[in-house]
Amino acid sequence: MNWELMGEALPQLLGGVPDTLTLVATSLALGVVLAVGLAQMRLSKNRVLSPLAYGYVYIFRSTPLLVQIFLIYYGSGQFRPLLQDIGLWTLFREPYFCAILALMLNTGAYTSEIIRGGIQSVPFGEVEAGRAIGMSRFQLFRRVIFPQAIRQALPAYGNEVILMVKSSSLASTITILEVTGIAKKIIAATFQPVEVFIIAGSIYLLINFLVTRVIQFTERRLNPQYHRERSAKAVVKPDESADALVH
Amino acid sequence: MSRRVALLGMILGAALSTPALAQDKDWSTIRIATEGAYAPWNFTDASGELVGFELDLARELCERMEAECEIVAQAWDGIIPALQAGKYDAIMAGMSITDERREVITFSRDYAATPAKFVVLKDSDLAEYSTDLEYVNFAETGPEEEAVVEDLVEQFRGKTIGVQTATTHENFLREYLGEEADIRTYDTQENLDLDLQAGRVDAALASMSYWVPLLEGEQGSEFTMVGPGMTGGPFGAGVGVGIRLEDQALADEFSTAINAAIADGTVRELAEKWFGFDASAK
Amino acid sequence: MDLTLLAWGDTGWSDEMLRGALMTLAVALSAYAFSILVGSLFAACKLSSWAALRILADVYTTVVRGIPELLIIYLVFFGGGVLLRTVASGIFGFDGYVDPPLFVTGLVCIGVSAGAYNTEVIRGAVQAVPKGQIEAAKAIGMSTGQRFWRVLLPQTARYALPGLGNVWQLTLKETSLISVIGLVEIMRQAAVAAGSTKEPFTFYLVAAVLYLGLTSLSNQGFRRAEVWANRGVRYG
Repeated sequence: MNWELMGEALPQLLGGVPDTLTLVATSLALGVVLAVGLAQMRLSKNRVLSPLAYGYVYIFRSTPLLVQIFLIYYGSGQFRPLLQDIGLWTLFREPYFCAILALMLNTGAYTSEIIRGGIQSVPFGEVEAGRAIGMSRFQLFRRVIFPQAIRQALPAYGNEVILMVKSSSLASTITILEVTGIAKKIIAATFQPVEVFIIAGSIYLLINFLVTRVIQFTERRLNPQYHRERSAKAVVKPDESADALVH
Repeated sequence: MSRRVALLGMILGAALSTPALAQDKDWSTIRIATEGAYAPWNFTDASGELVGFELDLARELCERMEAECEIVAQAWDGIIPALQAGKYDAIMAGMSITDERREVITFSRDYAATPAKFVVLKDSDLAEYSTDLEYVNFAETGPEEEAVVEDLVEQFRGKTIGVQTATTHENFLREYLGEEADIRTYDTQENLDLDLQAGRVDAALASMSYWVPLLEGEQGSEFTMVGPGMTGGPFGAGVGVGIRLEDQALADEFSTAINAAIADGTVRELAEKWFGFDASAK
Repeated sequence: MDLTLLAWGDTGWSDEMLRGALMTLAVALSAYAFSILVGSLFAACKLSSWAALRILADVYTTVVRGIPELLIIYLVFFGGGVLLRTVASGIFGFDGYVDPPLFVTGLVCIGVSAGAYNTEVIRGAVQAVPKGQIEAAKAIGMSTGQRFWRVLLPQTARYALPGLGNVWQLTLKETSLISVIGLVEIMRQAAVAAGSTKEPFTFYLVAAVLYLGLTSLSNQGFRRAEVWANRGVRYG
């Protein structure tokens, strides 16, 4: 076990953390926007939109992320003339664009299912009641559906964030130098794979640990009813006079 | 009684006089790893077969070493660690002999040596770049060579250059153009070609032995070589067979076979067949 | 897109791609079986009364589920050989090189990774079996073996199936990452074909279609299994 090498590799690997985090944050943010749209399509009664959304989600969940990344990155290269004609080539030319696009489309599919599950978990009676008292659709969404859907979806979404952090490592396959990419670069120069991968793995573990903590904190903030129950269980002090009677 | 003693004596004598098991392994079977994605050194054809210069050469050498050879494909990324781990016994994958690599593995003598060159798209603004010196040997640089190198650095300042990972070409780029250019590494040369074609990188650096046949074919029709052919220094001392440090005996066997194959012109023949020029070592 | 590239036989790549698909299936199935073994083992550890075993299992699932699969594959690939040779020379005094075949390495890589997820699935399923049933089985004098085969296992299977189905999908998709260690499954075959023909979109599309096919077949299989496992269950 080459400790010296591990010490040298650590600062280099940490240099890749901003890239990893940028990839994750951007794809997640864009993915949520896409997911909301997809969930609406899926839940609608429209006979074109609903199956379309279903098909999209099915395809993106059934094929490996690596295939999706390669299809977008290398695949777009095959159509460069066409893309240049419509002016999109400057975007597809950049590995970052392709990586974020692939990650966004992927997380969009998974997140749309999480959102759909969250929305569908709201008891229909509450929705009916809201409509009965004359709430507008927007009011209904903001006050009844959204808060409860979020609470239901949060644990599953926390999982999705962790999966995204791990998926970001695949960006290294299209020349992006995030943590895994830098790890491979160091190994190519030093021929010591085990030590370097252990440090890289620890960095990912740390990031995921922090993510889990943040999610747990958010869950607690969104569920104040559990806190109130705890403080309601006040400790009852025994009556001292009663004690005196016993003794 | 005496006959039994004699018999016992003979048996004991025979047993004790058997030579101790040779410390050297008996190299009657050798497993050789190649990449399969670096034409014309080694690549895969449409029927799934591994073909190329090194495949033919390996078969030649094994015949001379009177060994049975098994050739396997291995991803370039990790080809040395896998050798160290014992997954095969030798590497013949266009691997240059460098001091860095010599720290972890040993090599046979070199069997081929080709200079490295930059390649750009024909319609790129780098396509006109040329130098006075046709070849630059980094092991022996004088003022002329240094001027050429300076000019080279200026030409590629701010450009994006693609290179295969863990190659001597990558070492060169990081040493001489690390600050000036955006260097992108690829796991296979073929993926690099795809991105060069697509215009994601402004230039690619690889060995002439790879470029010359490619540029003659349809797939390289939009590429052109620019700049000087570069050897020595970070580029290493030719291409050899990579072998584990403890198996020097095998390396020597390979060297003997390579010497014989060079002497009778076999290597030159194979080089001309696959590269279109004599890329063999001397 | 040049469709003649997809011809069968020596001129086209269809047969290679299909062979890659078979390899994907083979690795996935064996890795999955291995992961169920590993998962059961560590689930038992998590449910055991020994804190040491519980902690060991916790470390395993946390670490494996928190690190990218790509890194796990590299670690097992490079570290496994070193480990195997250390064991071989240390315990068995075997000084030659120990060489696990690529298939086995791929199997172990994915099995280790999927095993962590299966640990949670199996643990959750075992804990979901109503304790009262186990107690009743003990009360009427069933042996440990009988309790396991007649009460615990069938019901654990029923609760675990949805989770197991998820992990199977994960396993299938993870085989694409095995391409980095050189095993010729769908992804690697597509990369080789793409590099050789300069038509990456075509071949990665074929790869995607192959994975879709495998997933669809699996989904049907798991749905049938769920129906079978839930036979005789009344929904209140």
